[in-house]
Amino acid sequence: MRREPPQRLGDYGPLFFPAGMLTLFFVVPFATMIAVSFFQREQGGFYTPAFVLDNYARFLSLFFGKVLGFSLFLAVAVAIACVVVGVPFTYLLARSARKMQIAWLVALLSILSLSEVMIGFAWSTLFSRTAGITNLFVWLGLMSQAQALTPSFGAVMTAMTYQAFPYTVLVLYPALVRLDPTLAEAARTLGASPVKAFFTVVVPALRNTILATLIMVFIFALGSYLLPQLLGRPQHWTLSVLITDQAIYQSNMPFAAAMAVFLVLVSLALVGLAVYAGQQKEAK
Amino acid sequence: MTALRRLLFFVVGLFLALPLIVVAGVSINQRQTLAFPPQGFSLAWYGQIFTNPEWRNALVASLTLAATSALLALLIALPLAWFLWRRLAPWANIFQLLGVAPFTLPPVITALGLLTFWATTGLYGQAWTAAISHGIFFVTLPLVTLSLGFSAIDRSLVEAAATMGADDRTIFRTVVLPLILPYIVSGYAFAFVLSLNEYIVAYMTVGFTMETLPIKIFNALRYGYTPTMASVTVLFLVIAAVIFGLVARFGDLPKLLGALSEDK
Amino acid sequence: MSGLILEHVTKQFGTFTAVSDVNLSVADGSFVCLLGPSGCGKTTLMRMIAGLDLPTGGSIRLSGTDITQVPTHKRDLGMVFQSLALFPHLTVGENIAYSLRIRGADKDAQKKRVDELLAMIHLPGFADRSVSKLSGGQRQRVAIARALAISPKLFLLDEPLSALDAKLREAMQVELRQLQQRLGITTIVVTHDQREAMTMADTVVVMNGGEIRQAAAPVDIYRRPADSFVADFIGQTNLLPFETDSAGQAAVLGTSIEGFAPLAGSTKGMLSVRPEDVQLVPAGNGAIPAKVTFVRDLGGTIETFVEAGGQQVIAVSSPRNRPEVQVGQTVGIKLDPATSVVLPK
Repeated sequence: MRREPPQRLGDYGPLFFPAGMLTLFFVVPFATMIAVSFFQREQGGFYTPAFVLDNYARFLSLFFGKVLGFSLFLAVAVAIACVVVGVPFTYLLARSARKMQIAWLVALLSILSLSEVMIGFAWSTLFSRTAGITNLFVWLGLMSQAQALTPSFGAVMTAMTYQAFPYTVLVLYPALVRLDPTLAEAARTLGASPVKAFFTVVVPALRNTILATLIMVFIFALGSYLLPQLLGRPQHWTLSVLITDQAIYQSNMPFAAAMAVFLVLVSLALVGLAVYAGQQKEAK
Repeated sequence: MTALRRLLFFVVGLFLALPLIVVAGVSINQRQTLAFPPQGFSLAWYGQIFTNPEWRNALVASLTLAATSALLALLIALPLAWFLWRRLAPWANIFQLLGVAPFTLPPVITALGLLTFWATTGLYGQAWTAAISHGIFFVTLPLVTLSLGFSAIDRSLVEAAATMGADDRTIFRTVVLPLILPYIVSGYAFAFVLSLNEYIVAYMTVGFTMETLPIKIFNALRYGYTPTMASVTVLFLVIAAVIFGLVARFGDLPKLLGALSEDK
Repeated sequence: MSGLILEHVTKQFGTFTAVSDVNLSVADGSFVCLLGPSGCGKTTLMRMIAGLDLPTGGSIRLSGTDITQVPTHKRDLGMVFQSLALFPHLTVGENIAYSLRIRGADKDAQKKRVDELLAMIHLPGFADRSVSKLSGGQRQRVAIARALAISPKLFLLDEPLSALDAKLREAMQVELRQLQQRLGITTIVVTHDQREAMTMADTVVVMNGGEIRQAAAPVDIYRRPADSFVADFIGQTNLLPFETDSAGQAAVLGTSIEGFAPLAGSTKGMLSVRPEDVQLVPAGNGAIPAKVTFVRDLGGTIETFVEAGGQQVIAVSSPRNRPEVQVGQTVGIKLDPATSVVLPK
């Protein structure tokens, strides 16, 4: 079958419904959000159409700067943690027996799809005083008394890594499965140990994949909207949490919208960078 | 290398399993306490999901939302993926991009966009708006699996059917559809499971009028603990594992996740 | 008028001309091979006959009807694809019955025809097998049976045997030719394998650069090539440039020899001499002087490579006439005007 450009109107038929739905319920809402970000906020949670930059001007505060800085820092930390463990893990997974791969993939998908609410609940339980991991330490004699480990930065970081790890593996998986296995074998015949071959051949060959994955996981972590709120202190709130808070609890839609627009721009720039890194890989 | 692999797999496995083990333990506590190791044994908290009207309503709402929104996502993705495969129209890739965008961007963005949209149109809070919102939000999943499925079809099969006298419609019914069916099923399954678990989009669109299970758990987290939260979490995990397990059993999961997708 | 007639058929992809002004007439019941190197336009030409691509110029007529713009599914064809294109979701029987099923034939008629065809391809009882469980040769036969299910007016095969190993391929060539003769069906095969074309075809159509270079019976293509491309592409040949002086005396490889004349109106030409027509003789006596550079003894034939007038010439002999020569030895070669073909330069 040769693919040909659509000629008659009927050829476009299949496109009508998807294009209409995506335009009406994604493009238009997106545009609405952008519009609202310029609206004037009124007391009592309403807003009136206007064109003001007040909502964006609020970015210039120290508070916002701190939130942004912490969001970026947290996302970077999570991305690095996930990739550092994820690359060797996925490499070994991709070279495991097929049955083993499928079992892991099912488990990873199940955890990835688990609601952020449930992940937050699970970790808050694990870190709690009455049902938490510290009870185990007490039982082992490592601690004298059980204690709560939340709220803390460590708790936020751990739970977010937990959430992003399955995603990391699934992003890396296609590239690592397709990696030519003779690459590492060639290094072995040249005298490199398996571990040395991994670091001197596999990792450099995957440099751009790893970079693209770092960025993808970074954006994923940037989207975490509940874990910092459930497991952290107010100073651990991220941009996503702040947007939710402003939209729902402070009823300040214009400011929430302005922050969301800002988050889109940051994400798009990073997606662009990831795509660029990916293309560098293919160009090589 | 084998020892190293075992160690790494064990550590990662433990990390991934630990919170779930604790939750599973908590879910079988006899009394309404948050305790681990569990004190006593009871499956009452699983019964609660189905007998307590509040939890049951939330479960029904979640299942209804997941079933309808996954169907909508599929109805959007199927003709789009088919068109992109069948026709040479580079400009139409913009819709592919639009389909992938909601899932790539931080979810709070899509959620807020839809919130402002439904609020502006005055439809905010209606149950069906959640189905549309999820349908758009998860259109990525069937779109990706179907694009993969179409690209796996040897185009000469379509030509062969034409030489044997089949017109476009017959070819779609007798050749394309049977070959794409596993991808339709898995695309639907992915969207279904993720919709079941989704919180922020549902919360921002219908959070004040309708309670899905994730919303219910979140509210319960804020207003007081009950072990039913734990039993629901375990139930959802089992549902996801069963569905993905079925997809793996009847389809090619490594291939679906991109293991062979770029050998075109 | 009956048969398949192509007139001025042209196909352009953008600025690239894949097929250029092709005229060809295929008689009913004949077997034609489209032969040429990859990219010569042979597959595009077949796809236009099948309606899978539409020509940008010219017309195609089948049994007197213009089918140039008729969609593929209304042409009543049978086609075997290079990839075979067996439907993986259907059984062997369902594959073969496909064209009958979509035409609404009843179940019994379908089953009867499938059994007939399975018997014809020597795979009786295979109807319920999965196509993925078949060997390469069996898949090949099923693809052929499937294409013949409706007794098509035209049977097209695009590199049908390329996936088979050499031995099986040769056996299938003979089988395919016998089948075609038994059914008397008009058949066109695209191939890049000249042995295959020579084995099966009534008419070999040699293509290059989107054009037909020669269309003739296999023996004529070999013995009387139309140009140096055809001579070189079909079998092995020595292409030797020659020219005549003002007195009309021809010189080949720097030596004047008798009996050769260029084509009318030219003083230059190209001589195509098949290796088996090159005679190795002792040096002198008017023979073209040559030096042996390599001898390849393949058992069934012996190829002697010599250098004459700065060019390599190959001579092939049978073991019975084994030339007793050594590498480095000076010999003479003789060319026979009766078996040499003069081509335009």
